[in-house]
Amino acid sequence: MGALQELEDVWHEAKADAQFQLELAGHRHAFVGRPTPLYAATRLGEHFGGAHIHLKREDLCHTGAHKLNNAVGQALLAMRMSKKRVIAETGAGQHGVAVATVAARFGLECAVYMGTEDMRRQSMNVRRMRLLGAEVREVTSGSKTLKDATSEAIRDWVTNVGTTHYIIGSVVGPHPYPELVRDLQRVIGDEAREQYLFADGKLPDAVVACVGGGSNAIGMFTAFLDDKDVLLVGVEAAGAGIKSGKHAASLVAGRPGVLHGAFSYLLQDGDGQVLPTHSISAGLDYPGVGPEHSFLRETERVEYVAVTDKEAIAAFKLCTRLEGIMPALEPAHALHHAGVLARQFGPGGRILLCLSGRGDKDMDSVEGS
Amino acid sequence: MRLDSAVRAHGDLKLIAYMMAGHPNRKRSLEVGKKLAASGIAALEIGIPHSDPLADGPVIQKAGQVALDHGMTVGASLELAAAVAREGTPVVLMTYINPILAHDPRRFAAEAAQAGVAGVIVPDMPVEESEPVASWLRAAALDTIYMVAPTTTPARMASICERSTGFVYCVTLTGITGARKELPPGLDELFKGVRKHTELPIAAGFGISRPEHMKALRGAADAAVVGSAVVAEIDAGKDPTRLVKDLLKACR
Repeated sequence: MGALQELEDVWHEAKADAQFQLELAGHRHAFVGRPTPLYAATRLGEHFGGAHIHLKREDLCHTGAHKLNNAVGQALLAMRMSKKRVIAETGAGQHGVAVATVAARFGLECAVYMGTEDMRRQSMNVRRMRLLGAEVREVTSGSKTLKDATSEAIRDWVTNVGTTHYIIGSVVGPHPYPELVRDLQRVIGDEAREQYLFADGKLPDAVVACVGGGSNAIGMFTAFLDDKDVLLVGVEAAGAGIKSGKHAASLVAGRPGVLHGAFSYLLQDGDGQVLPTHSISAGLDYPGVGPEHSFLRETERVEYVAVTDKEAIAAFKLCTRLEGIMPALEPAHALHHAGVLARQFGPGGRILLCLSGRGDKDMDSVEGS
Repeated sequence: MRLDSAVRAHGDLKLIAYMMAGHPNRKRSLEVGKKLAASGIAALEIGIPHSDPLADGPVIQKAGQVALDHGMTVGASLELAAAVAREGTPVVLMTYINPILAHDPRRFAAEAAQAGVAGVIVPDMPVEESEPVASWLRAAALDTIYMVAPTTTPARMASICERSTGFVYCVTLTGITGARKELPPGLDELFKGVRKHTELPIAAGFGISRPEHMKALRGAADAAVVGSAVVAEIDAGKDPTRLVKDLLKACR
C-alpha cells in the first residue's frame, strides 16, 4: 500500500509539473513518434458498403503498438522516484517490448514476466526483449498466460519494492494504476478527436476499440465520453464463441470480482476461482478488465461486444489485402465489429477505429489458422 | 480458548501451523488437520485455495492448485475447518477476498462461525477497503487479523492495529510466503512499532521454517507462523507433526 500511495502522490505531482509534461511531450514526439496519423481506410469502407472508416494509427508508434505511450510515461515516473529497476508483465509481448525499450533508452534494469504459452505464441517479441537487454522470466504457474505473468510481476514488486517500479501494461491492477495508465494513454483519443474534427469537420458516429485489459480503448474513449452523440464500442475476445466457454469476454460474460487488486468484471466460477481464458490474440487473453470499463458498462456509456477468433482473423486478412496495413490480431477484433457497424449505418456512416498495434507478431497465428 | 489468549507468549513462543484445505486431497488433509491440531500448536491456519494467490510463494501456490484440481471448494473447506476445530485448537481461515465475495461475505461469516472458526486472514483485503466484509466477520464474532509489513507506514500501522482482533500478523519480510534460510534484520524494530499501537499478541510469519528462527523470535514476538515448510512436508507425503515437534522444542 505504501508503494501505491507513493506512486499516486508522485503521479499527481508530475501531472501538475510543467517541466515533466514538457519532457514527456518531447519523448512522445521524438522517441514514440507522435502524433500518429489518422488514416482514411477508403477501400475497407467501400467493402463494407460505403461507410467512412478512419484508423488511428497506433501501429505506427515506435515498437509497433500504443503500449509505448504508457511505458515512456511510467519510466519517467520511475526515475522521478529514483528507482533504477523496472519490471513488467506481458501477454502479446508488445508491452514487454515497450518496457524493455524504455529501459534501454533510459538505462534502467528490466525484467519482464511472460507465460510460457505466450512465449511460444510470440517468440519474436521474446527475442526483441532479450536483444534490448531485458531479462524475460518464464511463468509456468496457472494458465501460463497474461494473468499469471501479472501475478508473478506483483510478487516480484512486493519483494523488491524499495528499488523497483512495476510498469503495469494496462488499465488494470490496484489504484492508482487504472487512472495512471488511462492518463498516459488518453493522448490517443485527444489526438484522434482533434484530427477527426480537422479532417471531417464533425465528430464520428461511432468509435471502436478492442478491450483486453482495455488501455487502448480507454485511451481512445476518454476524449469522447462527453460527446453524447458518439457511440462508443469496446470489443472483447469471444475466442471460440461465448457459448463454448473458451473466450476472454469479461464484460460480456463475466460478473464482478477482485483480481490483481481491482474490483471489476471477471471471468470466474461460482466459488470465485478465476477461469481459464482463450483468445487467439495473446493481448486480449485476460480474465479481468479495467475497472473503469466496468463503470462505463454499468452506466451504459460504452457498449461492449465480443468477436470470435475466426472473425478477427478474417478482418486481419481483409485489412491487410485492402489497405496494405497489417493490423495486430487484437485490433482485428475491433475491425470486424467496425464492419458490422458500417453495414448497419450504411453509406455515409462514419466510424473511427483505434488500430492499436501492427500484426507482424501474429504472422504464425494467422498462417497457422 | 479465545484466539488472543491462545497465541500470546508466556515466556515461550507459540507456534501457528498452516495447511491448505484439500491438499493433497480432501481425505488426507482432514487427517493432517486433526493431527496438526493435536500436535501442541497454539492455532492452526487453514488456507482456502484460490486460483490467484498473490501473496503466496511456489509451495503454497502449488498446494492450492492441487486442491483446486481435486475439486476443493469454499464450502468443503469450511466443512474441513469445522471438523478440525472440534479438536479444540483455534482455527484461523486464510484466503483471498474474491472467494469470500463469490460465496457472499455474510454467508461466509455465518458459516465460518458455525464451523467454530476463531478468525479470518485475508491478505488482499487492505484495512482501507475492508468494509463491508469486515462488518460481517465482526457481526459473526470472528476475529479479523490484518497484516503489517516492514514497509507499512506508521499511520497505516496504527489503523491496522486498531482494527485487528485476535492478533496482529507481522509479515517479517517484503515479499511472498516461502521458507528462507535466515530471518531478515530489523524485526525487533517492527515488533516494537506494532506494540506501540496495540496490546494484541504479535504473530510473525512469511519465511519462517527452522528451529533457529523460533529461538530468534522467542521473547520478541508472541507466535510464529510456519506455512510453506509444513505444506512442503505434507506435499512430500510426510507427517508434518515431526517438523512441528522439532519447532516446538525450540519455542520453549
